[in-house]
Amino acid sequence: MNVIAARLPAPDSGGSFSAAFSWAFARDMRLAIRHPGETMLVVAFFVLVASLFPLGVGAEPQLLQRIGPGVIWVCALLSAFLSLPAMFASDYADGSLEQMSLSPQPMPGWVAGKIAAHWSASGLPLTLLSPLLGLQYDLAGDTLLALAAALALGTPVLSLLGAACTALTLGARGGGMLLALLALPLFIPVLVFGAGAAEAQASGLSAAPHLSILGAGLIVAAMALPPAVCAAVRIALD
Amino acid sequence: MKIPWFYFASPSTFYRLAGWMAPWFFVLAALFGAAGLYVGLVLAPTDAQQGEVYRIIFIHVPASWMSMFIYFVMACYGGVSLTFNTRLAAMMARALAPTGAMFTFVALWTGSFWGRPTWGTYWVWDARITSELVLLFLYFGFIALANAFEDPRRGDRAAALLALIGLVNLPIIYFSVVWWNTLHQGASVKLTGSTMQIQMLWGMLLMALSFWMYSIGASLTRVRAVILDRERRTHWVRALAT
Repeated sequence: MNVIAARLPAPDSGGSFSAAFSWAFARDMRLAIRHPGETMLVVAFFVLVASLFPLGVGAEPQLLQRIGPGVIWVCALLSAFLSLPAMFASDYADGSLEQMSLSPQPMPGWVAGKIAAHWSASGLPLTLLSPLLGLQYDLAGDTLLALAAALALGTPVLSLLGAACTALTLGARGGGMLLALLALPLFIPVLVFGAGAAEAQASGLSAAPHLSILGAGLIVAAMALPPAVCAAVRIALD
Repeated sequence: MKIPWFYFASPSTFYRLAGWMAPWFFVLAALFGAAGLYVGLVLAPTDAQQGEVYRIIFIHVPASWMSMFIYFVMACYGGVSLTFNTRLAAMMARALAPTGAMFTFVALWTGSFWGRPTWGTYWVWDARITSELVLLFLYFGFIALANAFEDPRRGDRAAALLALIGLVNLPIIYFSVVWWNTLHQGASVKLTGSTMQIQMLWGMLLMALSFWMYSIGASLTRVRAVILDRERRTHWVRALAT
């Protein structure tokens, strides 16, 4: 399925960060589009789990308004987590990852491209869908906006953190549960501030401080984590 | 005097050194612990506001300190093992993790027993308690990842990188009571002075020393087991068995 790996950019085409980034991004996006089922599964899971809560805890509008942002965030977190293995595992299994690491393209470039593609195929659809789910929870207009903004800033951090964790667990025993043990605790700060943004907006305060912290976290994660993911991939390929 | 650092970087020589040192650290831990408990339970006065229940801090605070400090030391060993590709540093990181997880658990457990009579609840989701819980999961993740691979060196390297990523959590725990307005009170002991009565302070410091010595003794004992397991096919380990 990953025959596209055979079409790496030619060595004389540069070896620049941006060339590697755009190549890996285009490749993973093409794979995601040609297998739309996986992306659809992530989205379906997100909607399904978010729809279970009103049935489980009772459908009083005030209760739903209260728990809505938190529930939607937890669902987004679980959906992002479930789509993590797709980022490296199949490429690792069929050897594409090793081929890419042997190519003259800089590793931080294509690793960042793969992370960006993962976010575009999982985090972005969830962010776009979240206002619809928010309506199921009877959230007000400005709360919906704060929720979507927080998801837009927070889900890339989930993809970055998750990339590091899934690269660390390549070839490990008990892959899925181990990945949960590594990734979910690291996701907690994103959950706290992400859900906090919409809750602050709903209770009449400004969501701006939470969004600022999420934005700052995104910048730090985008700077610091791609090198860590590269180190983890190198350890896996050793 | 020239200290032969690299001589003891070899597992076979460190195995003997650790076996010689570990009992002394356990003796020190017992002495400091006995002194700390005497100061804490007998000499220190009853707290004006909390009564006798405050005495749990002689376990709680040193355990919390050790939970963070051991993680820091473990991450440093991880960094050394990744940078210099030394086997012994990775084995030390593995040996420290269970002790650190134990102290994290003790800190949470004693904290909740103190919280019940004082705050009226076993658990609150405030920033410090939540971040300490994340630390416990980081320890569990480290242990699980280190043991998840057929090749132990692969587990060493992956776990070391995870420990370095998790280092972000330590300042969050430490400054959580400053950054957020939480139920957990701020630090009573600072480098610039303490707001505590002097006998309480001494009790706590003696207990912290005792826990510190115990951690060294326990991790040295555990690293001997790790070394034996890893080096079981070498001549010197086989020579030990015969």
